[in-house]
Amino acid sequence: MALKNNVPEGDLAEKWTKYKSTMNLVAPNNKRRIEIIVVGTGLAGASAAATLGELGYQVKCFTFHDSPRRAHSIAAQGGINAAKNYQNDGDSVYRLFYDTIKGGDYRSREANVHRLAEVSTDIIDQCVAQGVPFAREYGGLLANRSFGGVQVSRTFYARGQTGQQLLIGAYQALSRQIARGSVTMYNRHEMLDLVKVDGKARGIITRNLLNGKIERHAAHCVVLATGGYGNVFYLSTNAMASNVTAAWRSVKKGALMANPCYTQIHPTCIPVSGEYQSKLTLMSESLRNDGRVWVPKSVADAEAIQRGEKTGLDIPEEDRDYYLERRYPAFGNLVPRDVASRAAKVACDEGKGVSKTGLAVFLDFASAIQRYGKAEALIQGINNPSSKQITELGEKVVEKKYGNLFQMYEKITGENPYKLPMKIYPAVHYTMGGVWVDYNLETNVPGLFALGEANFSDHGANRLGASALMQGLADGYFVIPYTIGQFLSNEIRTPSISPETPEFAKAEKEVNERIQRVLAVKGNQSVESFHRRLGKIVWEYCGMARNAEGLDKGRKMIRELREEFYKDVFVPGTNEEYNPELEKALRVADFLELGELMMVDAKNREESCGGHFREEHKSEEGEAKRNDADYTYVAAWEWDDFEPILHKEDLEFKNVELKTRSYK
Amino acid sequence: MKLTLKIWRQKNQNAKGSIESYQVEADEHMSFLEMLDVLNEQLISEKKEPVAFAHDCREGICGTCNLVINGKPHGPQTGTTTCQLHMRAFKDGDTIFIEPFRAKAFPIIKDLVVDRSSFDRIIQSGGYVSVNTGQAQDGNAIPIEGDVAAKAFDSATCIGCGACVAACPNGSAMLFTSAKVQHLGLLPQGKVEHETRVQKMVAQMDKEGFGMCSNVGACEAECPKEISIENIASMNMSFLGSVLTKED
Amino acid sequence: MGWIIKFFTSSIGQKVIMSLTGLFLITFLLVHLIGNLQLFYNDGGQAFNIYSDFMSQNPFIQFISKGLYAFILIHTIQGILLYFKNKKAKTVGYKGGSSSGSWASKNMALLGTLVLFFILIHMGDFWWKIKFDADSIAAVTYAGMDPIKDVYSKVSHTFSQPLFVGAYLLGLIALAFHLAHGFQSAFRTLGLTHKKYTPIIQGVGLVFAILIPLGFALIPLYMYFNQV
Repeated sequence: MALKNNVPEGDLAEKWTKYKSTMNLVAPNNKRRIEIIVVGTGLAGASAAATLGELGYQVKCFTFHDSPRRAHSIAAQGGINAAKNYQNDGDSVYRLFYDTIKGGDYRSREANVHRLAEVSTDIIDQCVAQGVPFAREYGGLLANRSFGGVQVSRTFYARGQTGQQLLIGAYQALSRQIARGSVTMYNRHEMLDLVKVDGKARGIITRNLLNGKIERHAAHCVVLATGGYGNVFYLSTNAMASNVTAAWRSVKKGALMANPCYTQIHPTCIPVSGEYQSKLTLMSESLRNDGRVWVPKSVADAEAIQRGEKTGLDIPEEDRDYYLERRYPAFGNLVPRDVASRAAKVACDEGKGVSKTGLAVFLDFASAIQRYGKAEALIQGINNPSSKQITELGEKVVEKKYGNLFQMYEKITGENPYKLPMKIYPAVHYTMGGVWVDYNLETNVPGLFALGEANFSDHGANRLGASALMQGLADGYFVIPYTIGQFLSNEIRTPSISPETPEFAKAEKEVNERIQRVLAVKGNQSVESFHRRLGKIVWEYCGMARNAEGLDKGRKMIRELREEFYKDVFVPGTNEEYNPELEKALRVADFLELGELMMVDAKNREESCGGHFREEHKSEEGEAKRNDADYTYVAAWEWDDFEPILHKEDLEFKNVELKTRSYK
Repeated sequence: MKLTLKIWRQKNQNAKGSIESYQVEADEHMSFLEMLDVLNEQLISEKKEPVAFAHDCREGICGTCNLVINGKPHGPQTGTTTCQLHMRAFKDGDTIFIEPFRAKAFPIIKDLVVDRSSFDRIIQSGGYVSVNTGQAQDGNAIPIEGDVAAKAFDSATCIGCGACVAACPNGSAMLFTSAKVQHLGLLPQGKVEHETRVQKMVAQMDKEGFGMCSNVGACEAECPKEISIENIASMNMSFLGSVLTKED
Repeated sequence: MGWIIKFFTSSIGQKVIMSLTGLFLITFLLVHLIGNLQLFYNDGGQAFNIYSDFMSQNPFIQFISKGLYAFILIHTIQGILLYFKNKKAKTVGYKGGSSSGSWASKNMALLGTLVLFFILIHMGDFWWKIKFDADSIAAVTYAGMDPIKDVYSKVSHTFSQPLFVGAYLLGLIALAFHLAHGFQSAFRTLGLTHKKYTPIIQGVGLVFAILIPLGFALIPLYMYFNQV
């Protein structure tokens, strides 16, 4: 299968503008007759459903949550990037484009990334108009802050709850369309299959989570905005119910899964405290602006800390290894996420971890507190401040900047981060890989589109901070409303799609069979226990560092686990009721297949790039080593139970030069 | 730590529920929901039906989790959602009551899970700014005083969990509704529709069967995002002003 | 006209009724207490009797008093309606404990009922007898005036009975708690809150809720202990 990315001709900077003004349109009278299914109500889904509704399409929108507002976009903390250059610090569309390409380790599609940078500015305007209360300066203008991997301040934020505020903006826009009747909302409906008619995506099969009713929904096209698959690791910063099912079911109906091995491990999460742990909590990247990362120089000290005989405070300055500052003097503690995560793993692998489990490093604010305290004393005109005064003043400044994060840390760990250095460890946070899409965000299945984290297109092998929100909203507000017309303009003569066709009946039957299959096992192990075991395998063999041997082993283990799942899983209750265990079982079943594909993809990619680090491919200093000659392509996988089939989309870089990323 | 849990079990909306007793072994570093996970694993291993409870992000922002713990929505700590509550807030040997949010407008679906779609309908009645995608002017075109933006943010921080309704002896949704009215009404972009919005949202709120505010203040005390009861007073004023002065 | 009905049947409108009638009744309490302070004159009740005669004759006062009765009635009826409507919105409570909020704020209906009973006893004993049972109250004549009702003696007789004194004290305690929440709540319902002024309103409300019932309570106590 030849993958056509449909990137329009012309200058990179002109492509989108020109394409927009020449593409096919659907007239208003036709829009009224065209139905669109949008699955998911996060930033991408809610913004797409709202905008398509505004345009006059008949939209049906689905979420498995009890309300569209619960989607996990809500948990994004730090901010959203936009090339506004309000700070006059040299930012531009090109620079945002360039930073994103470089941050992604040259594994994303130029044209898509440039378009993303172009529309980034419109997003901020749109959100402000919706009433998103972004942080502002005293003069009333929008404030910005800086994030890892870039040298300008282009991140817009609403305290530590930017995702929440943006999602509520999109949710409100969606609510307005629901009230107007242009969007029909289906809460607590989970998509369990895609329906293709004559090769085109024409509908979905859903399960009503309240009563188990299997329903058919038909439309002229289907838009997936169902997020990422980070929960394949079981422990991640994703929400408990985040899953890959909608995307994976589409893959099983012929869509391609691109670069599934590109997963982002976020360096600053609260470490695992015990076996019972159900999820990991992120501490915003913004903390690395002021926190210094370190471990003890000696293993003996580290072991004393692990046994609880010493704390970080007992280690004198000269016995501490501020390893990020040592290894990467240019960017220091603000190196990109993949680099910071791997460095933490190296330190812990050397036995220098600082928690009971040995899997944690310190993020220390002591010197920031001293620095701010001294500055604050000067501002307040205190001469010869005592060290106690300095500490108090400094703590106040830190509290003002990060108060809510420190509070959250204390709630979870029971330790006071103003006094004791924070303990952090990397955790799965985001998946760059996803359903393969072309420039129109259309998959290889005609009429099936994928937006936001669900697609693969914009972040390459590593995503920069504050870019996920940007991409979700760009896709939903400003890309899909145009590009969907390319497909739908050929559908204006297609009458309303009927769900009473053999294709729908077959899909419904298959869904019922899948449900009965997991219910019928009646084994002895809980769904949760299988998910936990799967997560451990994927983390062990396809986590922060991978090698060919481990990937083979991991793949084999997942296969065995999948077999065991269908022999020994226990799902209580029936289909015809509110049954969270059944929901989980269906999701875990899909993760069990996706996990295998991740191993296959990671094995195939004989290079280290971004979040994908192959131990066989590193420089002498242990840094990632790309192989541009052989792997400058998107690996798009067609699922096959025995051996997935690889399709390649070559990546062309005409506007940037491929360089080795260096943050030294 | 050994705990006795007294949990409300109810098969479905129409079934009669009751409090059931369970024993569970927990660790003080667990979150409250992880403690319930342990209980559910235990029940599943005994081939019994696990306790249904709502949860998702487990980091205090999605607003899905909603337990009443010892009579208090989201438990004993202030400014904390159920998922952020950790077991170190309890002692070995404690008996803990776990009940669903109670209000007529929040019917029980199963066990501890309730239906809060009434909140969605309140937002749909007018909790938005009527602006289509692409119509916006530059984000900096209208300066907004930092304090005003911060105040709007404080109201906008609502996670829609419904603890205010659950805590209110009258089952009133005034804190939820007023937080949205205030969030949008404070900002110049939302001010345009403010007077219409407040009337529509209050009308929808009444229609959903929520009770009336008697300024008890339990909503503010139990709100995991510490949204101020002042929002309610401001909405009262806006509503009065709108009804008395608006010509239609 | 439709909008008026719509307003007064809306949740906030109904609360506004409670608030406005409540504030009127609060004002009345103050006026009533000031008038009644004349019972403390050591003049055998002359000042008080002249005052009560004036109050019962003056057409303006009579007009206001009709309003007062109406407001008591509206406050009561609306309060009962609210109580049942709120009960309907929350049919089941929690077994594991009670949620936040002051006791008074959660028991306004109970307190209101106690106060209502107190008002009924109070009015039955004085207002009814003065108005419709003229024989039960003796007349008294002061120099240069026509004979007037000796209400003072009636008051002093009532408060010679410990049962009445006890009932009054109970009623006034209920009133104190009712005011402790009601005073500031009335302002909140009207939206009259402000970072600078709300603490003042709350302070004044608390002082009011203590001093006014205390002032009223002193009357039966003073009269009772003056006679024993």
